[in-house]
Amino acid sequence: MISRFQTAYGTAADALSRGVRRVSAALWRRPAVSAGLLLLPPLGWFVLIYLAALAALFISAFWTVDSMTGDIVRDWTLQNFRTIFESPTNIAIALRTLGIATAVTITDIVLAFPFAYFMARLASPRQRIILSTLVLVPLWSSYLARVYAWRLIFAGDGLLNWCLRLVGFDGVEIGYTNWAMWIVFSYIWLPFMIMPVYAALERIPFSLFEASQDLGARAWRTLFRVVIPMSMPGVVAGSIFTFSLTLGDYITPVLVGGPGSTFIGNVVYNNVGITNNVPFAAAYATIPLVIMALYLSAARRTGAFEHL
Amino acid sequence: MLNRVTRYVATGAALATAIAFSVSAFAEPAAPNYPQTIGKGEGALNIVAWEGYAEDAWIKPFEKDTGCVVNRKYAGSSDEMVALMRQGGGAEYDLVSASGDASLRLIYGGDVQPIDVKLIPDFDNFVADLKAPPHNTIKGVHYGLSYEWGPNVLLYNTDKFPKAPTSWAAIYDAKNKGKISVPDNPIQIADAALYLSKKDPSLGITDPYELTPKQLDAVTALLKTQRPLIKKYWALASDEIELFKNGDATVGAAWPYQTITLKAAGAKVADTIPAEGATGWADSWMLSAKSKHVNCAYKFMAYVSTPDVQAQQALFFGETPANLKACTAMDKADKGSCAKYHLNEAETYIKQIKFWKTPQATCSNGSKDCTDYGAWQTKWQEIKG
Repeated sequence: MISRFQTAYGTAADALSRGVRRVSAALWRRPAVSAGLLLLPPLGWFVLIYLAALAALFISAFWTVDSMTGDIVRDWTLQNFRTIFESPTNIAIALRTLGIATAVTITDIVLAFPFAYFMARLASPRQRIILSTLVLVPLWSSYLARVYAWRLIFAGDGLLNWCLRLVGFDGVEIGYTNWAMWIVFSYIWLPFMIMPVYAALERIPFSLFEASQDLGARAWRTLFRVVIPMSMPGVVAGSIFTFSLTLGDYITPVLVGGPGSTFIGNVVYNNVGITNNVPFAAAYATIPLVIMALYLSAARRTGAFEHL
Repeated sequence: MLNRVTRYVATGAALATAIAFSVSAFAEPAAPNYPQTIGKGEGALNIVAWEGYAEDAWIKPFEKDTGCVVNRKYAGSSDEMVALMRQGGGAEYDLVSASGDASLRLIYGGDVQPIDVKLIPDFDNFVADLKAPPHNTIKGVHYGLSYEWGPNVLLYNTDKFPKAPTSWAAIYDAKNKGKISVPDNPIQIADAALYLSKKDPSLGITDPYELTPKQLDAVTALLKTQRPLIKKYWALASDEIELFKNGDATVGAAWPYQTITLKAAGAKVADTIPAEGATGWADSWMLSAKSKHVNCAYKFMAYVSTPDVQAQQALFFGETPANLKACTAMDKADKGSCAKYHLNEAETYIKQIKFWKTPQATCSNGSKDCTDYGAWQTKWQEIKG
C-alpha cells in the first residue's frame, strides 16, 4: 500500500518536473515569449489602470454637462476647450500655476545645491547621516499638519509677526497670499530636490577636482566648469519632482492661498467634486498633462532619468 | 512589441468608452414610492449635512432609540452637497440637509424621491410658508421636509467696529482692505445683487436670484472691486472662525453659527442684519431616490421635526425652527430665545428674507432673460481669479 503510494507519487513528481523542464526549455528557445510573459502583469496593470483612465479622461473632455440635472450630454464638442482659451480667468490660472511651479523649482535648486554639496563633499560620515536624517524627517509627518503649521506661522498674530515685532519691525501681512504659497511649496518639496542633487554630486570622482586644480582652475572656475555641469542631471531630476508636485497640488492653495490663488488643481477639483462638471475638469486637466509631457521630453535629453 | 502595446492601448480605450457610455440617460424628477408605514430600522443611516447639523447632543439619543447608526458627512457648500448625493450612482447617502439653492437641482436631477408628509406627525405644526415652499415642493408633491431657516448676517469685530455697521457697504469698503472675508460660493452673487438693488435702483433688480445678463455683469463688476479687499474666501465655517479669532479678518458675511461659536470662544464679535435686508437659507431634509435605509430615514425625519430637537438645533446653530411648537422648548433652554430668533412672529418675519434658490434661465415671469446657475458659477470663478 505504502510502496504503491510512493510509486504513484514518484511518477507524478517525475511527470511534473519533466513538464516544468519542457516548458522552461521551450521558453529558453523563444526568449520573446518569456519576455512577453514576464511583462504581461505589469503591462496589463499599466494599460488598464493608467492608460484606460487617461483615455476615459480625454474622451469625456469632449462632452458637456446639463447644468440643471447634472447629466452628462454625450455630444462631441470642442466647447470645453473653447471655454478654457476664451476665458482670461482660465488662462490666468494656468499661467499662475506654471509661474509658481517654476519659482518653487528655482528656489529649491538655490537652497538645495549648497546643502547637497556640503553633504556630499565636506561633511564627515557622521554629519552626513545626521543631515540626511534631518532632510527626510519632515516626510514622516503629515503633509496637512505641516501646511497648517505654516498657516499658524503666517497668521496676523502668528510666530512670524511676533518675531518681527520682537526685533522692532512692523508685522507683515503675508498669510493667505501667493507669497505664502511660494514659501510653503518651496519648504514642502525641498527634500525631493536635495536627494537627487546629493546623489549626482556624490558621483563626481574626486580626481576631477584635482585635475581641475592641476590645470590651474580656481574654486569658482571648478564649480562652474566641472561641478555644475556634472550635477546637472541630478538638478533636472529634482526639478521634475518639485515642478510636477507643485503643478498638481490643490491643497496648499486652499489652506494658505488667498483671493487670486486658484491653481489648475483647484479648478479640476471644483468641477469634479463641487460643480459636478467632469467634462470641463477633464479638458482643464489636459493642460498640466501637456506641460509635463513637454517638460519630461526636455529633461530626457539631459540624461536626468538615470538619476531618478 | 510596439504592435502589441498599440493593441493594448486600443483595447483599454474601447473598454473605457464602453464603461462611460453604459451610465444612465437623461434624468427627471423621481416618482413617489411611499412606504405604507415606517417599518423596522435598517441599522444605519448615511447623511450629508451642514456643519453643526448633526451634533451628538441629539444624534446619540436617536441612535439609542432606533438602532439606526448615523454616519455623518459634512459639506461646505450647496454645490458639494449636490455632488455628494450624485456620487457613486446616488446610493451612497440617504438624507441631505439641502438648502434652497441645491434642492431644485436635486429634484430635477432625479436624485431625491418624494416624501410622504403624513408619516411625519409634526408636519402640521410647521410655519405655513414652509409646508409646501417652491424650493422643495413641485405641483403638490413634497420632495423635501422643511427644517430650519435663517438670514445670512454681517459679522464684525466689536473692537474695530464699536458701532454696528448699518449697511452691507462695509464689505465693499476700501477702508477695510485685507480684513474682509466672504463665503466661497457662487450664491454669494445674490448678496451683492441685493445690496446693488438698493444702492443702484436704476439697474432694476427686483429678485436677487433672477438677474439678466446685464444685471449679472454689474454685480460681477462690484464683486471684482471687492476682490482686492478680501483676506480670504472661506470654504468651511471653521475657516472664517479661525480668521476672526486670530484677527486676520474683522468684517464679513457669515452664518449666525460663526457668531455663536466665536462668542463662546471669547472673541469680540457681533452680527447684524443691515438695512438692505439679507439673503437667507431654508433647509430641507431630502431622501435619496436610491436610499437603502428608507425606514431609518423616515424615523430620522420624524425625530428631527419634534419640538425638542428643532429647539436644540436652532440654539446650537443660531437659526429658526420650522416647527412653531419649538418655542416653549427654546425658551426653556435659553430664556427669550424664541423671540430672539423670531419664531413667535415667524409667519411675518419669514417674508423679509430673500431665501436661497437655484438661479434658472427662465425668470418667474416666464421670459427667458435670466441667467442660470452655470453662468453664476463661471462668473464666480472669474471674480475669484
